[in-house]
Amino acid sequence: MVDAQYFGDGLTYLNPSDLKGKLIAIEGTDGVGRSTHIEMLQEWLEVQGYGVLTTGWTRSNLMSKTIEMAKEGNILDRWSFSLLYATDFADRLEHEIIPALRSGYIVLADRYIYTAFARDFVRSGNRQWVRDVFGFALIPDLVCYLRIDVETLVLRVIETKGINYWESGMDLRLGNDLYDSFKKYQSLLIEEFDKMAEEFHFEVVDARKSPDEIQEELRSKIQPLLTARLRSPELPSDRLIQPAPSS
Amino acid sequence: MSNQPRLPMTPHPYPGKLIIVEGIDGSGKSTQLLLLNKWLESKGHKVFFTEWNSSELVKETTKRGKKNKSLTPTTFSLLHATDFASRLFHEILPPLKAGMIVLADRYMYTAFARDVVRGVSPEWVRKLYSFAITPDMAFYFKVPIEVAISRLLGGTRGQFKYYEAGMDMNLTPDVTESFRIFQSSILAQYEKIVDEFQLITLDATKDIEAQQNDMRRLVGEALKDYKPRRGTHGRRTVFWRRFDVPKSE
Repeated sequence: MVDAQYFGDGLTYLNPSDLKGKLIAIEGTDGVGRSTHIEMLQEWLEVQGYGVLTTGWTRSNLMSKTIEMAKEGNILDRWSFSLLYATDFADRLEHEIIPALRSGYIVLADRYIYTAFARDFVRSGNRQWVRDVFGFALIPDLVCYLRIDVETLVLRVIETKGINYWESGMDLRLGNDLYDSFKKYQSLLIEEFDKMAEEFHFEVVDARKSPDEIQEELRSKIQPLLTARLRSPELPSDRLIQPAPSS
Repeated sequence: MSNQPRLPMTPHPYPGKLIIVEGIDGSGKSTQLLLLNKWLESKGHKVFFTEWNSSELVKETTKRGKKNKSLTPTTFSLLHATDFASRLFHEILPPLKAGMIVLADRYMYTAFARDVVRGVSPEWVRKLYSFAITPDMAFYFKVPIEVAISRLLGGTRGQFKYYEAGMDMNLTPDVTESFRIFQSSILAQYEKIVDEFQLITLDATKDIEAQQNDMRRLVGEALKDYKPRRGTHGRRTVFWRRFDVPKSE
């Protein structure tokens, strides 16, 4: 991240200019296969000798329990909903993502601020506030968007883990049952992701393809970032299977 | 509720009244709000009380984060905003819609003063709270730092808490000195906020009853045209029970 930038009003106490690593976000709606592909990408990168940090939505030390509790209680209003995610994200950004980038790691983010943008927009019809809230986020080097249509998605989710309350947006009362609600909610999310794909220049990957094809496509999108890294002398070549020299 | 961010001074559309107090720790604002509450209830008003950082949703998390000292200026600010959002939605708006008087011990101005001193962007924290409603009356209890220190040290507590003294900012290892530096910076921020949001400044060095008289006179005038909603008899204990002895954060 040679010229790392904040999305909006950034962290005034933290200069992002010395971040050597790369920040790659994998976005896409629920059940689209993000985590499987991130695992494979991590393996691929580590074999080449890159340090990799994977960071997942709602997985911060500070907030993961709080968010689970809040979801169980179903007591979330629109603002608390987005602010809880923002707190979780800030905790991971300052304690995991930025330190890793500073040490030259490749950070793979399972979901990023665009997930929060889509979810908040579907609930509020307003885009500005949530984007202001996440102003302290770093703009990623690359956003890969795993795109799927809702018909394919719903079959895939039923076949694998089943439909759950929050992934159906049941708090929005969009449909009479889980199935109807899931389809309506996910269609709205996908629609908003599609708009953001243009606005923020996501690399779109067709998630209806076979896992091998998707993985190959993801790697081809990431590869150019790695080649750029070859220019900095202190970093390892992606052809050499060895760890970065500790300087 | 509108989804659009409100302009800072747009009045809210609800029949109730929202009265808030601000000031540094040791300014005596909580004592004054308690006395105001007694007076309003004695006049037969339905009053609901809410205080900063008290929602079930995030209180435990803030406590945990403070205990293991993992909070950054940004997560500190976001947690308090989450607490505020949760209380606005669950505690402040319903009684206002029902036409009650809501008393809030600290409001978003606390974040504008304190979080900015900790290092977050003043613009960012104002945008964060753009969903808040404008209070009908906002009192600022102005007190010199030395008076606040002697009140807190001479009072029941006897010592400063870690975050209250801004010890997380590594200003100085001496707790009292850290409190002095940290809270003085907050006072300076409050001075700007008083102008920006037109808070009513009260002289918090006066005697308790003199301050309370000033406050009751101002509130009395503001409530002149307010039509109180009176519910069924004998039900006010439900809300009364939520009001405890004042304590700072």
